[in-house]
Amino acid sequence: MGVEALAESLGQNILTTTLGKLIGWGRGNSVWPAQFGLACCAIEMIATATAGVDIARFGSEAFRASPRQSDLMIVSGRVSQKMAPILRTVYDQMPEPKWVISMGACASTGGVFNNYALLQGVDKIVPVDVYIPGCPPRPEDLLNALMILQERIKAQGITPRQ
Amino acid sequence: MSTPEGVTISRTGETGAFGGELLSVNFGPHHPSTHGVLRLIVDLDGEQVRSVKPVIGYLHTGIEKQMEALRWQQGVVVTDRHDYLSPPINNLAYALAVEWLLGIDVPPRAKALRVIMSELTRLSSHLVWMGTSGLELGAMSMLMYCFRERDTILDMNEEISGFRMHTSYIRPGGVMADATPRFLEMLDAFVRAMPGHVDEYEDLLTMNPIWRSRTIGIGKLSADDAKVLGATGPMLRGSGVAWDLRKAIPYSGYENYDFDVATSDLCDCYGRYLVRIKEMREAVKILRQALDKLPDGPVNVDDRKILPPPREELETSMEAVIHHFKLFTEGYSVPAGDVYVAVESGRGENGCYVVSDGTHKPRRVKFRSASFVNLQALERMALNHMIADLIAIIGTADAVLGDVDR
Repeated sequence: MGVEALAESLGQNILTTTLGKLIGWGRGNSVWPAQFGLACCAIEMIATATAGVDIARFGSEAFRASPRQSDLMIVSGRVSQKMAPILRTVYDQMPEPKWVISMGACASTGGVFNNYALLQGVDKIVPVDVYIPGCPPRPEDLLNALMILQERIKAQGITPRQ
Repeated sequence: MSTPEGVTISRTGETGAFGGELLSVNFGPHHPSTHGVLRLIVDLDGEQVRSVKPVIGYLHTGIEKQMEALRWQQGVVVTDRHDYLSPPINNLAYALAVEWLLGIDVPPRAKALRVIMSELTRLSSHLVWMGTSGLELGAMSMLMYCFRERDTILDMNEEISGFRMHTSYIRPGGVMADATPRFLEMLDAFVRAMPGHVDEYEDLLTMNPIWRSRTIGIGKLSADDAKVLGATGPMLRGSGVAWDLRKAIPYSGYENYDFDVATSDLCDCYGRYLVRIKEMREAVKILRQALDKLPDGPVNVDDRKILPPPREELETSMEAVIHHFKLFTEGYSVPAGDVYVAVESGRGENGCYVVSDGTHKPRRVKFRSASFVNLQALERMALNHMIADLIAIIGTADAVLGDVDR
């Protein structure tokens, strides 16, 4: 069978793409967050997973109890000095490629608590991909952050982080 | 104690009932069923719990210290965030304490609005409790049902205060703003619909064999133990003690509402569940009365030294501008003294101890949080139960870790 005949027989049933795009598409649409709630924002994170907002539309409803099975850490709330090493341990236990969303003012900057007890921004201990403002942010804000992250993951292709 | 041959002795020198040593298991702080960042060190004999030591402080936010650096009216914002499932009730405890020191009394409409917000918060707090506890014990759809109604309540919060969770609605001197007509409409619709929704939850759980077998007889806490350990709220009432601060030491006009104190004599996780269900029904009753009897009038004290003048006055009155400037630069001073005020939150006695040295910032603010004290009863409840039951027991303690650690 010649090439032209082959092309004709396959017709519209085949798509061509690059491996990077394909992997990015797969990763971007199945971002599994680690079940890691800290404070007030965790309640809004739970609300994002419920029927009203439904994070499942974006392929991220599988909140994993084990960091070994997750791709995304949503730092949902204030991180105390005592919690910081544990947070870093959880992050280290996640397999590559992995991403971090800093949810809310406390996780991003310390928020209203500029004092001895809190880490003034989680980006001091883990690399953050998307920051969400708000105290706490609405569930829609978390979805928006997830969509931003998905775009980024899709664009990153086969090697997410250099 | 003589040791049978071939049995290792644990670090505490005890041997388990099954002849083996006790196994110490670390539980948390990152565990999906601890309702936050609670860490427990559990000694296990086989699968039975022999001791539970809570390790707290993983969410220590320095809230009490932070309050000392903020002016009196700024402190309200921080009170929202310690027990993050019942912000308006925290506001209320703080506002009542500051008002007592200032010697002011808020108008009747403000009191009624405070009651409305408190009861809505109690409902949303119990809904989060029921949704997450149901999820942990295998009733996954509870989360979807409970958060549906919680979202309705948060929409009302947003309508009245502009914010979903941390409303900062109740402030010393009154409330942030009057209820909008739309808020009252939403509340009316909610009060009509909510009893049906509570029936729906009961259909899903009350006679559910899995829920019953996971909670009946689990986490026994006798009335004497509950009192000795300082448990309050549904933990105490679930042990048959009818102690509710709304009845015992009424505040904010609770004496004018007709409601029952929910109790249960079962003393176990199921009893505490029944208490919370009953409390939700009573909260709806209070909301209906508050809505029907909502008095007219101002929602703030008429005192320019404590609350800013209305916007339109600023354009015509020099005095108003001065008051406004003073309030937003220095704030107001509170006479020296100290006071302890306790209110009933969804978790129990939510107390606020405020010390003033007569300046524009508090000298000390201490919260007596119900979650922290209720956590003490954890070991008493969990003793000799299976490790899996610990999940149900932590669940019914309903500890909010932000409230425990502050």
